Amino acid sequence: MKKKRSKTPRESIRKHFLLFMGPVLAAFSIGFVWPFIQGIYLSFCKFRLIKDAKFIGISNYVKALSDDSFMYSFEYTAVFAIVSLILINVLAFTVAFILTQNIKGSNLFRTVFFMPNLIGGIVLGYIWAMIFDGILSRYSTSILLETKYGFWGLIILMIWQQVGYMMIIYIAGLQAVPDDMIEAASIDGATRLQTLFRITIPNVMPSITICTFLSLTNGFKLFDQNLALTGGQPFIIQSDGSAIKTTEMIALNIFNTFYGSNKAATGVAQAKAVLFFILVAALGLYQLAVTRKREVQQ
Amino acid sequence: MKDNTRKMIYTVILSVVCILWVLPVLAVAVNSFKVNTFVKTDTFSLPTGEMFAGFSNFIKGMTFGNYPFYKSVLYSVVITFLSVALILLFTSMAAWYIARVDNLICRIVYFLCVFSMVVPFQMVMFTLSKTADKLRLNTPFTIPIVYLGFGAGLAVFMFVGFVKTIPLEVEEAAAIDGCGPVRTYFLVVVPMLKPTLISVGILELMWVWNDYLLPYLVLDINEYRTIPIHIQYLKGSYGTVDLGATMALILLSIIPVIIFYLACQKYIIKGVAAGAVKG
Repeated sequence: MKKKRSKTPRESIRKHFLLFMGPVLAAFSIGFVWPFIQGIYLSFCKFRLIKDAKFIGISNYVKALSDDSFMYSFEYTAVFAIVSLILINVLAFTVAFILTQNIKGSNLFRTVFFMPNLIGGIVLGYIWAMIFDGILSRYSTSILLETKYGFWGLIILMIWQQVGYMMIIYIAGLQAVPDDMIEAASIDGATRLQTLFRITIPNVMPSITICTFLSLTNGFKLFDQNLALTGGQPFIIQSDGSAIKTTEMIALNIFNTFYGSNKAATGVAQAKAVLFFILVAALGLYQLAVTRKREVQQ
Repeated sequence: MKDNTRKMIYTVILSVVCILWVLPVLAVAVNSFKVNTFVKTDTFSLPTGEMFAGFSNFIKGMTFGNYPFYKSVLYSVVITFLSVALILLFTSMAAWYIARVDNLICRIVYFLCVFSMVVPFQMVMFTLSKTADKLRLNTPFTIPIVYLGFGAGLAVFMFVGFVKTIPLEVEEAAAIDGCGPVRTYFLVVVPMLKPTLISVGILELMWVWNDYLLPYLVLDINEYRTIPIHIQYLKGSYGTVDLGATMALILLSIIPVIIFYLACQKYIIKGVAAGAVKG
């Protein structure tokens, strides 16, 4: 009797496969599965139009890896991602820590800090381009003229956008730290700094893991803000005539290879995209492994 | 006493940072009322005297960039509304099926959904835009299908996670009372899903509303533009940019977002935190 009861609803749900799964499966195939498979295949092909793609083995990958602008954008992106990771997380943690100390008006502060997160990347880029140019034009220069301005400008933009977001995650983590643990520490004579490093930080490690990986992958995948703030400028023209865009990040480099002036490079662009995917997916898997390991320990 | 001074210092520091945080938005507002030529030279002064442009930047902005701004707003609203509606309806249905039936196909689909979350858009953008073109998914009324496809991963993942926490007994009781799966789903499961529906809805809303690259590659840009595309094209279309008009349009496009944020702040922060912890 019991067995029948729990089996009947499941069986009758199963018959409605097309109704419940059909729409998502169809759209998911069009919007993800098929483009993904086709993308992997095309990275091994030479083509201008998809229908006359010719299989040429790994030479697209060889070209991608020997493309100076791609390797430059990879290094630039890695440095950017690490610098922004450190700054964003230190600031977000500090703000979250202060906000959880029973400060007056902490709700107002939280609201304001989170607000930039809702503004889209393109709009953000133009807001900050105006601000930086307003400052730099007094020294008769521009954000488009120096690589270091473009780099730190984008860092400032990302801090403005992301600190509020990470702060929310840290606040949730900090609020979960048991009060009696902190009380016990202070009764035992621990200083505030000792309590912070010995009690609070170890207890919010899960939040720290989430936030570091989030800001790392956000840094690597950054596109809109990069396009709108500098669009890769300033350029350096190399001796062979090709240009290195000194503030171009990896996602923008792939975009420019796909839709740039060289129409024969779409295969190389797709190979770059596959390499980019492997990089981002590896970061994701690594995060999963780290999180799992922590869960086991707890 | 000592504790109070510390709190005072904290409050002062936070207030200063808070003002810094609002300044960029204020700068946009101030400069949208400024005559174009002064935006670059006097970015941080108030629009007084000869710098004050009144509403002329806004009037100019309406047709600026060879495309009427109201049309971009309209298309952005249509695309966002349809996409979020489609995603919420169909992914929650699929997630319920996946969680309840749990056979091999379900597990494969679920795995693919989780997998799709780590795939960057650049990986599929070229082939996806060609496929969408071929299937005529390149209008504001059909592009939501593309969003449903590419955005399904996170939504299915979050819904499955939640459905698994709902006790089976409620649905079994409905089945015993004679409810078929369709009625059970819409009358019993959907009301219980409400908090997750709001969280997922807000995440997808923020994504679709602000998205630039997908509509840029899929839509026919000469006919259909969304707000981010419109703003990107203000710079692209002419050699010199009318910064005053650009700031006016940026202000117009962020005011609704800020109002929406202030009105639904609680849900937004909750939704975003839920998405981060799981994704």
